[in-house]
Amino acid sequence: MTTTTPTATTAGPVRTVPAATPARPRRGARRSTPLTIAMLAVLAYFLLPLFWLLIASTKSTQDLFNSFGLWFSHAPQFLTNVRQTFTQDDGVFVHWLLNTVLYAGVSAVGAALLAAAGGYGFAKFRFRGDRISFNLVLGAVMVPTTALAIPTYLLFAEAGLVNTPWAVVLPSLVNPFGLYLMRIYAQDAVPDSVLEAARIDGAGEARIFFRIALRLLAPGLVTVLLFTLVATWNNYFLPLIMLNDPDLYPVTVGLSSWAAQAQNGGAGASSDMLALVVTGSLVSIVPLVVAFLLLQRYWQSGLAAGGVKQ
Amino acid sequence: MNRQRAAGPLFVAPFMVLFLLLFLAPLGYAAYLSLFQERLIGGTAFVGLDNYTQALSDPQFLHGIGRVALFFVIQVPVMLLLALAFALALDSGLLRLARVVRLGIFVPYAVPSVVAALMWGYLYGPDFGPFAQLGRSLSLPVPDFLGDGWMLASLANIVTWEFVGYNMIILYAALRTVPEELYEAAAVDGAGAWRIAWSIKLPALRPALMLTLLFSVIGSFQLFNEPKLLMTIAPDVISSSYTANLYAYTLAFTGQQVNYAATVSFLLGLVIVIASYAVLLTANRRRTP
Repeated sequence: MTTTTPTATTAGPVRTVPAATPARPRRGARRSTPLTIAMLAVLAYFLLPLFWLLIASTKSTQDLFNSFGLWFSHAPQFLTNVRQTFTQDDGVFVHWLLNTVLYAGVSAVGAALLAAAGGYGFAKFRFRGDRISFNLVLGAVMVPTTALAIPTYLLFAEAGLVNTPWAVVLPSLVNPFGLYLMRIYAQDAVPDSVLEAARIDGAGEARIFFRIALRLLAPGLVTVLLFTLVATWNNYFLPLIMLNDPDLYPVTVGLSSWAAQAQNGGAGASSDMLALVVTGSLVSIVPLVVAFLLLQRYWQSGLAAGGVKQ
Repeated sequence: MNRQRAAGPLFVAPFMVLFLLLFLAPLGYAAYLSLFQERLIGGTAFVGLDNYTQALSDPQFLHGIGRVALFFVIQVPVMLLLALAFALALDSGLLRLARVVRLGIFVPYAVPSVVAALMWGYLYGPDFGPFAQLGRSLSLPVPDFLGDGWMLASLANIVTWEFVGYNMIILYAALRTVPEELYEAAAVDGAGAWRIAWSIKLPALRPALMLTLLFSVIGSFQLFNEPKLLMTIAPDVISSSYTANLYAYTLAFTGQQVNYAATVSFLLGLVIVIASYAVLLTANRRRTP
């Protein structure tokens, strides 16, 4: 981060980290059993809550209270829970899932494209005010988004945007860290010689960007896309303050409203709410976990780009 | 060349326009609002820095900031040291099932903090939480995770659970870019595994550690989701001003004190920027004495 870190050095070549390579095979290095056992214990801690969630989603609310938390009850009813989760309040949970997909998808694609065009513009062109604009964006990386959320809400309220999908999508489109990543990525991934050659062939700048640069930027673009996707998928504060119509909630806000109901309204074993919160939680995390497992190559190289270079 | 000069601004324009509207404008608006006060009689009045003097002597705001500062000072070192240890273990090549371990530790990052807080909230529960159940059946005392004395530690555990893997991957990815020759040279010179970790790996990790530290400052000081969620389970322990961010939220949405909420948000942002700079400066000074 050129302005914020005095330690900054100019960016070297972007090294995309080959995530698929196995751990360094060093000569004479033997696998260590104690270390492996220690790390498996660590792993147990990280997987424990997810294991609990999986078990809990097979229980009725009553069994959640009456049976041991880390094992199945006598009457597993996973499918019943799933069915109830999806049909509760006229299927509002389906709305929440679709809203989440919509908000996160639009935000991620939009933010990635904006960051790519901006990063490319800053990396490959010199123009009046380029340095100050870029530094302004860099400084913004440090401004906390939740501190920004309340003033944004007030502005949106004046503009009549509150309680519309725009209120959630628009602020997510601006990703200063994404622009920073795309700039360092574009510096090396798009060689000047290629741009020059295209210009000599008479291609316009827009055409060069969409036909050539964007293709070269694809890996960086995917990382920004992925991280904005996770950030907006998991976002809670912004939709919480911006939306008050349950039909517009993303799944995070929806689940928290159910959790509050389970606690206040029908607390105790008589209400079914708790089982729905638990099953809904499980259903809501499955898509992202699967996406992360499938796209490991990308998130790892993306984190590398951010972590290696300053 | 002229055409090229015009193209640069056009590429950055879409981002910069939205940045102005959605980043700088709210900041400016918050600054503006923070200079006014809504009065019962006479409507909104300009009060200068009155809101700021009020906030700086407001025990609820100060306690909120103090709490997240304490949280930062304890939770972040623990989290980053764990992330560092895991990253070094993965990179050492001594581990069986390294891929499984790496993915398993990282998976919580894909879990929304709302779900993470809900899960841990139920796990902590004194009635049907498995820890309490185990404690009862073995007649062992189990701490009251959701009680006054334990709450901050319980929150720290949730945040650590969520973000250790994320930080670990940043550090691990940085380690993978250390050229192999460096290790070979060190081995020839007779350096052991610990020596290599200390003298080669840690210095190579500096930029990545800075990045994780910076993100942790920003994250800790705006702590909101986890306390907000646990508040429904433990309303007596987590007040509506438990963290500074929670306080700003309460002011704006239950207190209707828009101007004061803007002041608190603005001040919180300022605290974060100052803390980030302090962290960066300290780290930098240590490198070049």
